[in-house]
Amino acid sequence: MRKVLFLCVLIFSFSSNVFAEAEPVEDPAIKERFKAVASELRCLKCQNQTIWDSKAGLADDLRKQIRQQIYAGKSDTEIVEYMVTRYGDFIRYKPAMDGKNMMLWIGPFVFMFIGGIMLVRYINIRRKETKNENVEEISEEDHLRARKILEEGGDK
Amino acid sequence: MVRYLAPVIIFAGMIGFFYVGLQKDPKILPSALLDKPAPTFTLTQLHKPELNFSPADMKGKVWLLNVWASWCAACRSEHPLFMEIARTSDIPLVGLNYKDEAGNAKQWLRQLGDPYVLSAADLDGFVGIDFGVYGVPESFIIDKEGVIRYKHVGPVSRDDWRKVLLPKIQELRG
Repeated sequence: MRKVLFLCVLIFSFSSNVFAEAEPVEDPAIKERFKAVASELRCLKCQNQTIWDSKAGLADDLRKQIRQQIYAGKSDTEIVEYMVTRYGDFIRYKPAMDGKNMMLWIGPFVFMFIGGIMLVRYINIRRKETKNENVEEISEEDHLRARKILEEGGDK
Repeated sequence: MVRYLAPVIIFAGMIGFFYVGLQKDPKILPSALLDKPAPTFTLTQLHKPELNFSPADMKGKVWLLNVWASWCAACRSEHPLFMEIARTSDIPLVGLNYKDEAGNAKQWLRQLGDPYVLSAADLDGFVGIDFGVYGVPESFIIDKEGVIRYKHVGPVSRDDWRKVLLPKIQELRG
């Protein structure tokens, strides 16, 4: 029993230490900004994670760098710019809306527009076709035959 | 006719894009620093902590900055090549000892040989961040004016050296 208790104390004291080290107590406003900036940047080591999410050593360093710059009074855009000049556009988790990235942003809408036009044209063509089918003349003979079928239950 | 050919053409186009796109290694990023002046820094030297190193010291030379660390397994694989380059050519190799511990780093060089003119000690990795380092090893070719002219990510193979890096250096030397 004492051993179990000792183990529990050991485990919990250790884990609480880890958390204390990972997140030093600080101004919630700064923490909010820190999280926002770190979530906007890609961890280049594990490319589908943000710097905020990643546990890679590089992400750790970049988090330190972001925190330092926030304390140094840099604005969020300045910090992102700092990262982009070093690591390139790819570090932005959300690509910037400029020249060569424009296709990423407007591409889906362009394709949707083209698809929409094609859909409308297709519907129009189909509508015309079915209309033509409807106006097809039915001869007097067929009329009589149809009536006969309906009234007598078909001519056997 | 167009009606039946259009899907085939679109499909062929997609195949073309995928064929080219999927063969690229997404881990290799273009350097944002290409053709820009190398970031300035001043670091102490690994073997002579009383001396500093700064890229300005290399002005007038075409040199190779190699980012390495004793904990980096891939650095081992490119090391013999650098030993050979140091032995057989006069291209200055400068090491940037990235996020390492001085004792381990020196031990590593004692064991495998030291191809570097000197190694600058970037213990906290901040110079690495300035150079946009995201995976060790990385190698930068810096020209006489201190401008980064080429960046290689990952271990340099003999083929890379013979076909890309060496010609680039020779071209820059003029």
